[in-house]
Amino acid sequence: MKARILGLAAAAACLAMPVHAAVALSDVAGNYTISQSGSSIRFTIGKAGGGGFGGSFGHFNGTIRIDNHDVDRSKVDLTIYPEGVGTGQGRIDAFLRSDAVFDSANNPEIQFRSTNVTRTGDTTALVTGRLTARGKTFTEKFSAELDGLKSGTIKFHVTGKVLRSRYGMDVGTPLYSNVVDFDMTLTGRKG
Amino acid sequence: MQASVTNTATRYGWAMIILHWLIGVIFIGQFVLGFVMVRIGNQRTSFELIQLHKSFGFLLLGLVILRVAWRLGNAAPALPPSVGALERKAAPLAHFALYAFQIALPLSGWALVSVSTLEIPTMPFNQFVMPNLPLAESDAAESFWSAAHWYLAYAGIALVALHIGAALRHHFLLRDSVLRRMITPSSGGE
Repeated sequence: MKARILGLAAAAACLAMPVHAAVALSDVAGNYTISQSGSSIRFTIGKAGGGGFGGSFGHFNGTIRIDNHDVDRSKVDLTIYPEGVGTGQGRIDAFLRSDAVFDSANNPEIQFRSTNVTRTGDTTALVTGRLTARGKTFTEKFSAELDGLKSGTIKFHVTGKVLRSRYGMDVGTPLYSNVVDFDMTLTGRKG
Repeated sequence: MQASVTNTATRYGWAMIILHWLIGVIFIGQFVLGFVMVRIGNQRTSFELIQLHKSFGFLLLGLVILRVAWRLGNAAPALPPSVGALERKAAPLAHFALYAFQIALPLSGWALVSVSTLEIPTMPFNQFVMPNLPLAESDAAESFWSAAHWYLAYAGIALVALHIGAALRHHFLLRDSVLRRMITPSSGGE
């Protein structure tokens, strides 16, 4: 797993980068387009009495920019189209798309724009950014871990918790937790 | 005014009177709420009204259990002499049916939420998690209990209408104490 040793920071000019790294820094730095194939955005919400329900967003796009001089200048932009939400239960999907939750007819996009990337380990980073949903914007933090690196492709595992009440989506609390757990795999392809 | 908690041979006590009106108001309110909550366009309001309907359903079930227990320990007062022979036979049957509906309606609603594939938890008035009945979850079972709850509701409200009609007949046409004695224990001592 030379890719792991190389790490996220190495991807952006880590001095300790092993000289035998399989992937040259110049190959890693650059702009990546998040592709839906190889990527997934899953979420789970806990339920009163135990258990929870989960789903995923089927439609999204975005970019990852790896800066080759300064990791903190790396950037992630992600746009999720909540119309594509899927839970495996059609009635719940319709409810989530309705104005009870996403109001996807009037708010077709959920946007995340990173404002800061801070390295937390060899292959990990804390990504801070502005999340906008239903016209409300708040700062959220996500943990990113480099999960794969091949020439021209970069893969991150991203997790984080978002309080849905702040975005006017507090319906169903306290039956359903206010905390939404995100678990994403984002695969970016260069160019 | 002689106020009594328990029933006597000719009068209802306060406990029975309060339970009667409380359950009556909730029962009719639940019918209206149930009717509205599935027809309202706003999904959020609909969801919240359904949760409120579930809360009142469990409150109703609790009050009915209390009422049945109280009734088992307190015989209902005898019907006034003005009540005719036919009604003397019909009234206990109607009252028994009313009790049956008061129990069957919340239970069928509980069964409905228990088998629903939506798996929405139940928290009466957001206070605690009410466990589901041990019934298998499926779309078919949900359809069945939904229909059962719906038919029971319409049959139950028809019976309530008959009950109210009979009470008003006693009060305004027969001018006896049947309705008055369910309003205050001071009535019914004839």
